[in-house]
Amino acid sequence: MAILIKQAADILPSEITSESNYLNRRQLMGAAGAMAMGGLLSPAMHAAVDRSESPSLNYLAASQASPAGFYTPEVQTPYRYVTGYNNFYEFGTDKTDPEKHASKMVTDPWSVKIEGEVDRPGTYTLEDILKPHYLEERIYRLRCVEAWSMVVPWIGFPLADLLKRYGVGSKAKYVAFETLYRRNEMRGQRSRFGTIDWPYVEGLRLDEAMHPLTILAVGVYGKTMPNQNGAPIRLIVPWKYGFKSIKSIVSIRLTSRKPPTSWNRTAPNEYGFYSNVNPDVSHPRWSQASERRLPNSLLKPNRMDTLPFNGYAEQVAGLYRGMDLKRNF
Amino acid sequence: MVAIIKNNRAKIKGLVFLLGLIPLLMLFLGVAQDSLGPDPAKALSHSSGDWALRFLMLTMAITPLRLITRSSEWVHYRRMLGLFTFFYAVIHLIIYCLFLLGLQWQDLWGDILERPYITVGFLAWLLMLPMAITSTHRWQRKLGKRWVRLHRSIYAASALVLLHIIWQARSDLAEPLVYVLIFAILIFVRIPPIKKRLFSR
Repeated sequence: MAILIKQAADILPSEITSESNYLNRRQLMGAAGAMAMGGLLSPAMHAAVDRSESPSLNYLAASQASPAGFYTPEVQTPYRYVTGYNNFYEFGTDKTDPEKHASKMVTDPWSVKIEGEVDRPGTYTLEDILKPHYLEERIYRLRCVEAWSMVVPWIGFPLADLLKRYGVGSKAKYVAFETLYRRNEMRGQRSRFGTIDWPYVEGLRLDEAMHPLTILAVGVYGKTMPNQNGAPIRLIVPWKYGFKSIKSIVSIRLTSRKPPTSWNRTAPNEYGFYSNVNPDVSHPRWSQASERRLPNSLLKPNRMDTLPFNGYAEQVAGLYRGMDLKRNF
Repeated sequence: MVAIIKNNRAKIKGLVFLLGLIPLLMLFLGVAQDSLGPDPAKALSHSSGDWALRFLMLTMAITPLRLITRSSEWVHYRRMLGLFTFFYAVIHLIIYCLFLLGLQWQDLWGDILERPYITVGFLAWLLMLPMAITSTHRWQRKLGKRWVRLHRSIYAASALVLLHIIWQARSDLAEPLVYVLIFAILIFVRIPPIKKRLFSR
């Protein structure tokens, strides 16, 4: 199976801009924060500035000429819904909770631990991590395990590039991820009746992590990632249910053993390690055969058939050859 | 206090009736202003269901209120509250059939089999239907003692409603637990020996 992936050399330097612009913007935001602390801006004003002036990013736009799977021509879910209708239980279980409460999360400074079976382990600042990577746009379908879906233009870079940079150790077979744990900024982590053990953790098999469709995203719709979508850096694995695409990552660990994953720990009969989008394997409490594309309207429910691997079977089915996907759900 | 309420019963009933229609107005406004988010059918179905649940709790609160205040005045409002419960349950069901199912009846069987929370919700609705039909004075007289027995199915319906909510929770059980607690209290005070201890002097 030939996978048409553009090699780095195929991309003209003129097509892309490095991280520096992104970083400069970030420093500007830092400056705004410092001003706020100095009393020049009220905290409320500072928050307003953050939201209205989400810095723009420079990136290579996705197009029909992009490798197969990188671009879908389907109607994109508008920005206000991508950023206003979220599952990010660290901020509450209602779809509108993340937009309301995620501004409390401090994302600057940010660092990520890169640890385990890796040649150059350490704690790296976000700036260090992003510096060498070129940003590209990926227009992906996002299929939630709750049977709704969106189409989102993410901005990011392949996870494989990052893993190669830090050196994948010979014993590494899996990649484990962890979300920020900060109870005073994340009100959902303070809930007494939640059944998720914080911090949220996720994992991929190494070959899934190295697949060109798997990206670390730092933006959406050409702007830096809003907090409610998992700022400043999150995973996107488009052929798996949305909860696999862990948000606000603080740790990436390469391991030889299959790592625990949050939803699987909470309800192992409902959420498997793989959680590949699969219309033939129902959730115990609802069918996964169809989905409702958002936004919809009362008279146009936008109900459509769910595709195996969320429509990315051509690219990823090979990863699971010979596996019983009903058992390994 | 109770005397004032008693003397103005007709007016207060009218007011309660109008208040009971406000949630309906809010549903319409949400549609008209397109403020229901990207999944309006789900938003409508959730809020109509929430209102049915709230009216169910209010209906069940009449007896404890009667015991606490030692006045049967409140019983005059129970029929209306019960009918509002059913009214919002009907709207909830219509929204499900019309907008979530999209009148695709061939999917209904799959939903009933694969989504047990829908099945128990529908059973709760079915239990409420005969209560709504027999809510008139005429039926009450006609059925006599059997009327009281029939209307005890409110307890079974409440249990099914709670199951309907619990089975939809994904991780945070706080909200369903609050409802379970409220119903537990509403039922607890009805248990004869407890009722006796709490409310007889």
